[in-house]
Amino acid sequence: MTSQLITADLVAVNVSAADKGAVIDLLAQRLADAGRVTDAAAFAADVRAREAVTATGMPGAIGLPHAKSAAVLVPSLAVATVPDGVDFEGPDGAATLVFLIAAPAEGADEHLKILAKLARKLVSPAFTGAVRDAADAETVASVVTEAVA
Amino acid sequence: MKFVAVTSCPTGIAHTYMAAEALEQIGRAGGHEVVVETQGSIGTDAIDQSVIDAADGVIFAADLEVKGRERFAGKPTVDVGVKRAVHEPQKVLDEAIAAVESGVVTSAAASTSSGGSGPATKVDPGASTLSRVRQWLMTGVSYMIPFVAAGGILIALSFMLSQLAWGGADGAIEVTAVDAASVLANFDPTSLQHWCVVLLKTGQLAFGFLVPVLSGFIAYAIADRPGLVPGFVGGAAAGFVGAGFLGGLVTGFAAGFLALWISRWRVPKGVRGVMPVVVIPLLSSLGIGILMLVVLGRPIAALMDGLGTWLSSLSGGSIVLLGILLGAMMGFDLGGPINKVAYTFAVTGLATEGLAADAAQYKIMAAVMAAGMVAPLAMALATTVRKGLFTEIERENGKAAWLLGASFISEGAIPFAAADPWRVIVSSVVGSAATGGLVMAFGSTLVAPHGGIWVLPLIGSWLGFLAAVVVGTLITAAVVILLKTLRDRSAVRAQDVVAEGALVTA
Repeated sequence: MTSQLITADLVAVNVSAADKGAVIDLLAQRLADAGRVTDAAAFAADVRAREAVTATGMPGAIGLPHAKSAAVLVPSLAVATVPDGVDFEGPDGAATLVFLIAAPAEGADEHLKILAKLARKLVSPAFTGAVRDAADAETVASVVTEAVA
Repeated sequence: MKFVAVTSCPTGIAHTYMAAEALEQIGRAGGHEVVVETQGSIGTDAIDQSVIDAADGVIFAADLEVKGRERFAGKPTVDVGVKRAVHEPQKVLDEAIAAVESGVVTSAAASTSSGGSGPATKVDPGASTLSRVRQWLMTGVSYMIPFVAAGGILIALSFMLSQLAWGGADGAIEVTAVDAASVLANFDPTSLQHWCVVLLKTGQLAFGFLVPVLSGFIAYAIADRPGLVPGFVGGAAAGFVGAGFLGGLVTGFAAGFLALWISRWRVPKGVRGVMPVVVIPLLSSLGIGILMLVVLGRPIAALMDGLGTWLSSLSGGSIVLLGILLGAMMGFDLGGPINKVAYTFAVTGLATEGLAADAAQYKIMAAVMAAGMVAPLAMALATTVRKGLFTEIERENGKAAWLLGASFISEGAIPFAAADPWRVIVSSVVGSAATGGLVMAFGSTLVAPHGGIWVLPLIGSWLGFLAAVVVGTLITAAVVILLKTLRDRSAVRAQDVVAEGALVTA
């Protein structure tokens, strides 16, 4: 299994979604298809449960759904760009960029450390801007991979 | 400034680290140092205790219970959710800076005294003990300041309006001669005189809280909730025996440590439930009451008697020397026992029958009042010309101190003296003594026991009186600025956290 956090097939560009649940389902399915998550529905349910505690909308029109889940095999990141926006109850409106973080329920520290590093990157407008500006899935994956390297 | 922060969130994979990054970045951008402990899924990378001890303030951006909270005890703290630290880190940092400047140690940061988890490491060796003492002090002072401002301004207003109400400078004296209870029983809303009495009484009642609040919140900062009751009771006892704010400082610290000690007793399970409500307040209040009323009360009374007798025996000697001595006493404890002896000595003199217009008694009164105006005026001046040496809340208090000083309300300087006793008292004594001596040399007289500049028409040779006040004010302001500047210089060398905080505000 690759130690990379993200690959191009985990990036969905120009998604249109009715609500955040739809985006979460879509990205969870991508993670399952890539063999990083055993059960897309179970993982999506864990993410929804986390959203129910507090919504994860962030400044900069970003949605940040995430969960620790037994369904996760490898720490992973899936990304969607949503030009028309999807509501994550963020402080400045609907999210046009969604990061879904998948963390294993139990894992070696170094796996979780890469997620901590990613989380720190997410507060940097330079990083989120670069992801947003990326032309295609390949570029998104390489921007993220570089950032947490 | 230096801050330590703790971040945590429900899953421990995203917000914990985002908040940490956001706080570190915003701190760096503003020239502050923020060291963050992330209590997340990777576990906790505990901040070294020496870093915590060196910090000016604490930021809890934690949605989970902070692990090892007692490590951060005794520091100004802001407690915000993790989300706010991500969304608006600048505001969170600003709040933390404000908390440090006001010096308030919130209960959130105070020791977890009821947890029964064994004694928290409260007293650390070296500089951190010093900085904690100052933060305990500042907690009491910052809660006291609004009482000084409210009470002082009400009293000053009453003096001002009573000029109109009684038609002349005598008003400021008349208003205190009236029996408040009988005025209130027959209150007439159209009578300005009655309103003056209401203002004065309300202000005096507010002043009645000065020492209890000071003492109570010092104890609170030390021992958290268990300290409140003995602290307040001790402060009231200090007021009762006439020990003034210095007595309040003693009871504040004594009550805090007494309550802290009692709250750490290992008691049977059945008793534990009534410890915070009955046992701790009962025993600690009793202890403090005995300390103040029995142990310290009599020596203070004896001291006051002795000083009074001694002053009377000096009356025949050099009048300028007597003025210097009285001035020094007025400036020493600002409403405490020594100040009171000097003031009572002067007021009792006024009652002597058949005094000539230039009698020594009138000069003594003038010297005492002028000297009593110096400390608050000088603090007001010092906070205006050298803002950086004072905390935000002290600067605010400085503005009110102009009016309080001009009205001969020495209490206006108490917050400064309580926060930094020896520097403020030394400078106050020097300037007040100079003023006392000068008034005697100029031969000013005063037939009123109080009133400040509002009774100027009752002062003989009032120009000399004013000149003496101005000179004393300049001296005290200069000395306090010098002493505080020296403190900051040496403190930077010694890496003293507390003084550094004062510098950063410059």
